[in-house]
Amino acid sequence: MRLPSLNAVLGATIVGLIVGAGLVAMVWTPYDPLKLDFLARLAPPSAHHLLGTDEFGRDVLSRLMRAATTSVWISILTVCASILAGTALGLVTGYMRGWTDRILMMFNDALLAFPGILLALGLLSVVGANMYGIILALGLAYTPLVTRVVRGAVLSLKEKEFIEASRVLGNSESFTMVRHVLPNCIAPLIVLATSMFGWVLLAESALSFLGLGVPPPAPTWGNMLAESRTYISQAAWLGIFPGLCISLALLGINLLGDALRDRLDPHMRGL
Amino acid sequence: MRCATGLIRICGVFEMSGAGLLEIEGLTLTVSRIDKEVVSDFSLELAPGEIVGIVGESGSGKSMAARAIMRLEPPAVSRRGGSIRFDGKDVCAMPQRVLRRMRGGDVGMVFQEPLTSLNPSMRIGSQLEEGLKLHRRIAVAERRRLILDMLGRVGLRDPEAALEAYPHEFSGGMRQRIMLASVMLLKPRLLIADEPTTALDAVVQREVLDLMLQLTRTNGTAVLLISHDLPMIARYTNRIVVMRQGRIVEEGATDALLEKPQHSYTRQLLAAMPRRTAKRGIDHSVPPLVEVRDLIVDYGGRKGFLRRDPGKRALRGVSLSIRPREVVAIVGESGSGKTTLGRSIAGLVKPSGGSILYGGHSILPGSEGWPDYRLNCQMIFQDPYSSLDPRIPIGATITEALRHGKALSAAEKHARVIEILGEVGLSAEFAKRYPHELSGGQRQRVAIARALVRKPAFVIADEPVSALDVTVRMQVLDLLTRLQERHGFSCLFISHDLSVVEQIADRVVVMRDGAIVEEGSRDAIFDGPRDSYTRRLLSAIPTLEGNPEGGVRLVERGDCRNVIELPA
Repeated sequence: MRLPSLNAVLGATIVGLIVGAGLVAMVWTPYDPLKLDFLARLAPPSAHHLLGTDEFGRDVLSRLMRAATTSVWISILTVCASILAGTALGLVTGYMRGWTDRILMMFNDALLAFPGILLALGLLSVVGANMYGIILALGLAYTPLVTRVVRGAVLSLKEKEFIEASRVLGNSESFTMVRHVLPNCIAPLIVLATSMFGWVLLAESALSFLGLGVPPPAPTWGNMLAESRTYISQAAWLGIFPGLCISLALLGINLLGDALRDRLDPHMRGL
Repeated sequence: MRCATGLIRICGVFEMSGAGLLEIEGLTLTVSRIDKEVVSDFSLELAPGEIVGIVGESGSGKSMAARAIMRLEPPAVSRRGGSIRFDGKDVCAMPQRVLRRMRGGDVGMVFQEPLTSLNPSMRIGSQLEEGLKLHRRIAVAERRRLILDMLGRVGLRDPEAALEAYPHEFSGGMRQRIMLASVMLLKPRLLIADEPTTALDAVVQREVLDLMLQLTRTNGTAVLLISHDLPMIARYTNRIVVMRQGRIVEEGATDALLEKPQHSYTRQLLAAMPRRTAKRGIDHSVPPLVEVRDLIVDYGGRKGFLRRDPGKRALRGVSLSIRPREVVAIVGESGSGKTTLGRSIAGLVKPSGGSILYGGHSILPGSEGWPDYRLNCQMIFQDPYSSLDPRIPIGATITEALRHGKALSAAEKHARVIEILGEVGLSAEFAKRYPHELSGGQRQRVAIARALVRKPAFVIADEPVSALDVTVRMQVLDLLTRLQERHGFSCLFISHDLSVVEQIADRVVVMRDGAIVEEGSRDAIFDGPRDSYTRRLLSAIPTLEGNPEGGVRLVERGDCRNVIELPA
């Protein structure tokens, strides 16, 4: 085994910190993130409030931690949903070929042509802005990409002789698919899932920023950033810390993704 | 139809004294990062016009040493010691400018892969002109004349049209001729040919090599021919260098080296050459196990919205029968339909017409005889790197074959897997390993174990040894023969390599363009081929006749009139 690269260590640390903060926030935060305290409005970072307070006197650190819970949770569910749906579709289209493949891929490519965030915006205006709406919208927006990647992997795997060998042994197509094709798609899928985690996190923050995310008063990094704009001259920390969280999270995920890619799938460097 | 070789090789004595063209002394190359020597203490001298061959298996460092002559070794490899002198000048001390002038101008190189060594987006004409522009000061019209002349000499039918064509419009053999033309256009004094014909069919291989020799001979170009193919090297060279693990183990004049090999590795290499085995008795009175009647396979035929490709007929009515215990070999060039035939008999390709019978029953997928056939027909694939699932341990891969047929308990399955691993010469601990931990030969053993674990009555082997090194090839071939004799399965052995076929087959079927041209017992085909195509195939592969001292003599077979005579 090689030593883990600097990317891997740094990425894993950052992602670990953020996921850890989100987990801790499920049971404990320094203050109640929703509790108003008008005596401590717009308090700068201090020993009492490590990252200061907002215009209603709510503790920024507690809000950031609770927001991490929401963001991570939404991202995980979204990624899982699109990976599951996309893998199933990709396997079917890659394996069937013919008309099934053509029609499914036609829809897939049409969806792929929309920018993900635009598609999510459109869907959210239909299903309404709440956590599950976001998961559905973003999941749908990112599924086509997974389908493409899995279909490509299946198509190249199908040409391998071990797939033919499995058929010659008398194994059914479905057995071959589950036993030989699927496990060999996992490396590119893990790489893709990691990158997607970052994209979804960013998309979710963008939606919240636009007011289409999890409804207030629940904190998210996006809506905290949006609210901070009014007070940017008096209380810069209100904007800095959520922004820093988003940037750091993305940096961490990308570093980790790169490291995983190098480890698992050197052919996908161009993705 | 046998005649001694020597027609091609000139037997002139080279003036070894004084000006050697290339002098390599004590060259040592290492992979810098892991400090591993890939070439150790490599010394070689080449006189002008001399043809020297370097033989070795993969990983012997032969290509690396050759690349170092042009300072083309990969960046990860560095020169630890030794000197390379070309025409008296130290190559290692040359500044880039001089080095560039030497590359192409004085030293030409032909690479293995004709499909990738020409730039696919450039027309042949401009591609050939590039070198002339760079190295020779001549007018445009003169350049054109030279190129046309050279293209004509390498055997292109319409050189004018070829100038405007792109590489993809030519076959692999033609591309290698063009590559050769582009190199020889500059009249280099040394030509390095690194496995120049390994990717080509036997007949084309011979044509290209004959051509290469002709061109270099007329220009007085020295040739360094690198290959793993000993008979091929022996046929064309004056001197042979045998390499193993980065070291030269033996060096000598071709005839002497073949006749009296000194080093044990050379003897081992020579012993690994396939030889004809004794004829076996096959009972022809029993009904055939597998029978193919008028088999037709069409490929393609894509129906687009507006167009309709006609498709390609890969097999045009092939009939064949294989008796119990019989090994039938199918030989032919690529595109002859031999692989398609194997795949359709294995049930992987749906035939468009004709029938395949197993034990008298039709075995089209879904028919009554199909399940029984599926259990009894197994296949060994060509590429051991792609025929095993990289994510599944060897043991599980083989166990998978026991899912069907007679129900066995887990313990019985395990015992059977260990037993078959033993039969293919692998210890029980291999069951836990993954394919990437195995060498090519070991992988192919696993593939054989997987095919045989169910004790099938019929095995299709599609080029099972062509991806392996010569010594490993012999071991796997021996293993296959031994297992075939022990278990008595019938075998359809598909190969382009006639020498391998000669060793293993009882009967030989020669295919061309999707049809059978000739069929007969092995001895009849090899000793008295009737069809001109069979003769051409045979003439492309020289054979080595063993002598008691562990050496060999090169013997040509087939149609000797094709041999080009060269001025001595």
